[in-house]
Amino acid sequence: MRKNLNVIVAYSIMMGLIILVGIFQSWNVALSIFNLCLISAVMTMGANIQWGYAGLINFGIMGYAALGGLAAVLISVDPVQEAWRAGGFDILMCLWLIIVMVLAIRFILKNFEKSKFRTYGIAAIIVAGIVIIRITAEPGIEAIESVNPAKTGFLGGFGLPIIFSWIVGAFFAGGLAFIVGKVALGLRADYLAIATLLISEIVIAIIKHEDWLTRGVKNVIGLKRPAPYEVDLQTTEWFINLVEKFNSGKLALISNLADRQAALNQMVIEGSSIFVKLCYSGLFLVVVIILLILTQKALYSPWGRMMRAIRDNEEAANAMGKNVVKQHLLIFILGSAIVGIAGAMLVTQDGLFTPGSYRPMRYTFLIWVMVIVGGSGNNFGAILGGFVVWFLWIEAAPIALFLINFFTAGMSDTHALKIHLIESVPYFRYLMMGLGLLLIMRYRPKGILPEKIEIK
Amino acid sequence: MDFLNAIILLLNYIFIPALTYGSQLALGAIFVTLIYGILRFANFATGDMMSFGTMVTILFTWYFQSIGISLGVLPTALIAIPFAILFMIIYMLFIDKFVFKYYRVSKSPPVQLAMVSIGVMFVTQAVVRIIIGPSDRRFFDGEKFIIKAREFKEMTGLNEGLALKSTQVLTIFVTIVLVSLLFWFLNKTKTGKSMKAYSDNEDLALLSGIDPKRIVMITWIIAGILATIGGALYGLDKSFKPFTYFNNMLPIFAAAIVGGIGNPFGAFLGGYVIAFSEIFLTYAYKKFFMYILPESMEPDSLVQLLSTDYKFAVSFSILVIVLLYRPSGIFKGKVL
Repeated sequence: MRKNLNVIVAYSIMMGLIILVGIFQSWNVALSIFNLCLISAVMTMGANIQWGYAGLINFGIMGYAALGGLAAVLISVDPVQEAWRAGGFDILMCLWLIIVMVLAIRFILKNFEKSKFRTYGIAAIIVAGIVIIRITAEPGIEAIESVNPAKTGFLGGFGLPIIFSWIVGAFFAGGLAFIVGKVALGLRADYLAIATLLISEIVIAIIKHEDWLTRGVKNVIGLKRPAPYEVDLQTTEWFINLVEKFNSGKLALISNLADRQAALNQMVIEGSSIFVKLCYSGLFLVVVIILLILTQKALYSPWGRMMRAIRDNEEAANAMGKNVVKQHLLIFILGSAIVGIAGAMLVTQDGLFTPGSYRPMRYTFLIWVMVIVGGSGNNFGAILGGFVVWFLWIEAAPIALFLINFFTAGMSDTHALKIHLIESVPYFRYLMMGLGLLLIMRYRPKGILPEKIEIK
Repeated sequence: MDFLNAIILLLNYIFIPALTYGSQLALGAIFVTLIYGILRFANFATGDMMSFGTMVTILFTWYFQSIGISLGVLPTALIAIPFAILFMIIYMLFIDKFVFKYYRVSKSPPVQLAMVSIGVMFVTQAVVRIIIGPSDRRFFDGEKFIIKAREFKEMTGLNEGLALKSTQVLTIFVTIVLVSLLFWFLNKTKTGKSMKAYSDNEDLALLSGIDPKRIVMITWIIAGILATIGGALYGLDKSFKPFTYFNNMLPIFAAAIVGGIGNPFGAFLGGYVIAFSEIFLTYAYKKFFMYILPESMEPDSLVQLLSTDYKFAVSFSILVIVLLYRPSGIFKGKVL
């Protein structure tokens, strides 16, 4: 109990803050912050097992999150039959061509010795393959994109419940991580950071511009939900009864019947959106708890000890017969897969997929701030980092507004500087994040909850 | 005649824009490479430092415009740049003193410094947006074109026009002057040589009596000059928007690594490699082939290798290929 005191205290303060938001702003805001905190926590856990357990820098978090989101679209949207008839054959042909290309390259890599000739051969196959694929795909893509472009214009998905996409998103992200890891993991730390950042930009560019697959910047809206819809809830008997029971004290104070009905309606509308958010919170909480148990188990297993050994001294671990390259690849895939889950969860919660919104600031660097602030190598720290940073990210504007008003209290409301500052309130969140990161790195370099290794 | 038209077409749409864009990238890439070579970390705040320098330039430009100073046909920003550089150097030295110095003295691993630079990136970005706002700003004044497309057509009687913007000439000219000065400084002066020695082997350099504090300070001063001029030229040629500058960090990194990080000459050429390949691969060659080929062989499609949407992706793919086959870059890196 005693040794976990700081964890308990930190989490209690965090929960207290969210509850304060609930009391002073509204429960709706508090719950939406809480949900996004949970999603951020999952992303942070993914980055944390790469950085904290193994010392790998992955600045490509944005790409994996977007792939998770793509999975949500591809799993849950109903297939667009017309588009499949129009261009499905061409796309499937392309898929075959890509598989043939990959197999051909593998064949060459296996059967020929390394030489200049082999390298040129592979390059020639790739170039020729891309040209052939483009020629085959072009009519198909055009046909698909012209099928009702305002509403569909893409192939659609499988029409399954969106929950499955959380697992599929993990596989998508893990698959990409496998390729990236094979390519880039041999690089030095800062090269790896830059390479993963740029690769994630390539992934986003593809998602943004391949309209036949993702609808691109036209966005996919109205995804299926794992939770009930507010409109349905508002007309459901048991839910209205529940709200009535919950608020019976307040309602009893209103004597006029019509007024009471109006008040109840208002409460039902508000309650329905809170109820939906609570459903999401429950789902997300389950994911976070499962991941926390698994990562905690892994951290204290022989495997976790081996990962730390590799992190702290690669050569020594290698000399002890541990396969460093393989373990690095494994943990890179695992961490990215967790980020993929978070990406799918995020799209599930929003109910829409907007490729244009994936920006490195929000999805890569902010997550890294969470990892560093929370405490790398400590899962509880990672989750706390996700909570604290996201909370500040959202509440930065009100806090900044309060501070500005406080410090410029002497000025009149029409003073140019005051107006300018108040207009630029949204940007104070960057300032806060940056200063927070710099201060933490300087004075508490191991994060709020530092890594603690107990030998059990 | 058709052949001439084709050449003018390529000059107008590929060569001149790529040369301009390449010069802008090259300045940024030399900045990255200097920091990497001497201070030994990947500076993720590059783009935002450039946007900070540009912002100061814009503020000075506005001030000069308001008091009625102008350079006639040349943009007012040219007078503002020296003042902005001064301001920027102070900013750089300030950041170094309060942020980077601590980690340098305690010999932190490069990764930690890179993380710290992310903190600096956040702060700088916030400061820029709070002061000047996130919107798109043009601060170019003076004569816009040296040769207008229509005038060129009338002059030569060709079908294709060649438009030469004054910002393009300015960018290329300033880059050449600045880079030659920089290389002269690095290769011929004693301070430059000691910087090279420091970059090559820190311990040996210290043993031979080189003052590390001075080296670091000069590096930040050069970095400030490069960041301000590079940023201001980009802003003059296109427009100033903090978000674009942040994004430009990525091709700049690509240019620095492609050229061999730590090698300023490599970074200089890397900028052009990235710019030319981006534009070569995404240009639609239909019109070019219409001029060159006989009528029967004219292409139907746009003859575009990649759609312009993938402009950024091209430079990143080049980078990935270079990292795979020649991690030290085209020109061997890590020697200043």
